Amino acid sequence: MTKVTMTVNGKTVSGEVKGNTLLTEFLREDLRLTGTHVGCDTSQCGACVVHVNGEAVKSCTMFAAEADGAEVTTIEGMANADGSLNVIQQAFQDYHGLQCGFCTPGMVMSAAALLKENPKPTEAEVRDHLEGNICRCTGYHNIVRAIMAASGQDVPAVAAE
Amino acid sequence: MYSFDIQRPTTVADAVAALATDEALPLGGGQTLIPTLKQRLSAPSVLVSLSGIAEMKGVCTGDDGALCIGGGTTHATVAREAASSYPALASLAGHIGDPAVRNRGTIGGSVANNDPSACYPAAVLASGATVVTNTRSIAADDYFQGMFATALNEGEIITEVRFPVPEKAAYMKFEQPASRFALVGVFVAKYAEGVRVAVTGASEDGVFRWTEAEAALSSNFSADAVPAAPSGDGMISDLHGSGAYRAHLVAVMTKRAVAAAG
Repeated sequence: MTKVTMTVNGKTVSGEVKGNTLLTEFLREDLRLTGTHVGCDTSQCGACVVHVNGEAVKSCTMFAAEADGAEVTTIEGMANADGSLNVIQQAFQDYHGLQCGFCTPGMVMSAAALLKENPKPTEAEVRDHLEGNICRCTGYHNIVRAIMAASGQDVPAVAAE
Repeated sequence: MYSFDIQRPTTVADAVAALATDEALPLGGGQTLIPTLKQRLSAPSVLVSLSGIAEMKGVCTGDDGALCIGGGTTHATVAREAASSYPALASLAGHIGDPAVRNRGTIGGSVANNDPSACYPAAVLASGATVVTNTRSIAADDYFQGMFATALNEGEIITEVRFPVPEKAAYMKFEQPASRFALVGVFVAKYAEGVRVAVTGASEDGVFRWTEAEAALSSNFSADAVPAAPSGDGMISDLHGSGAYRAHLVAVMTKRAVAAAG
């Protein structure tokens, strides 16, 4: 067992992990932060995306021990300080950017990473950025609309080609 | 996954020492190795994570003008930091996998693994780059030795890859749409001494130089000069495409790369 200490959503946390403990297991099973989802467990679907030191990563494809000393942000850390939904989360609600909701945590974390780097993405850039996030309901169009809205831009009215 | 210990050395020397353990394996960004471990296709006793080694990260220009990329540098960093010095390489790095994968995957990991469909090997071979390890420097022409095979010894770590910067270059890949790996990818690089063309994704022997195209393009650098497609013999044939189809794509992607390079 290895001792790891990291900052998760602003709080310092420690725990004992095995060498093969994935970051996603540490978050969900040890810290009980079950907002980070595990869809495929093969780094395809992106439901497990969290931010490590400000960068979006697939937490099912990183060991907890590798996050020792890191700053981790999960979907639980995305709301505003008063507990209200942040601008991306609110846009997902306003534009019905989810159907079953399973992919939503990863979609929101990927969207946040995109908007930090590129505050006014084009629709094509949004779609390109989401290539590693799979929505099993295939509800991409409203997800893209929500992200465009969250960036303060006009929302495309018609379905994608 | 089988059980293993994980170590996080902070220097190359400590990593080399940790890798001297029996059944130890180096872990780059883990974007290939972790899925492999999950499938129980690999059973190390110790995994030596290279992600904490600061001296293996970063992009800089050497005294000889070559672009030097630390082995532990992520694809996302190369995409950002090589954009002005070697745009074709930066573009290649920026189209590997997806954004989250690019934030973890490293050039050293990709080149050490030498997946027959990976993008980086094409850039390394077409650029005539030098693979620098903790013990030696290996020319790209000597480094790649077939599918998943390289000149690396057990426990040897890629600390840096040095790319001579070409006059013109471009990489074109035909993506396998689900995995984003190259069904066929061609990197064309034009140097004062001649043109080099490296192909990934196509051959059962892994990345290779298409010497016929190199000769033709060295005397006339235009898409029209690209020779007819090579033979489909020895090309990968699977449910995504036959060997003949891949051979056809080699010529098409080479033409597109030459056109894109200008």
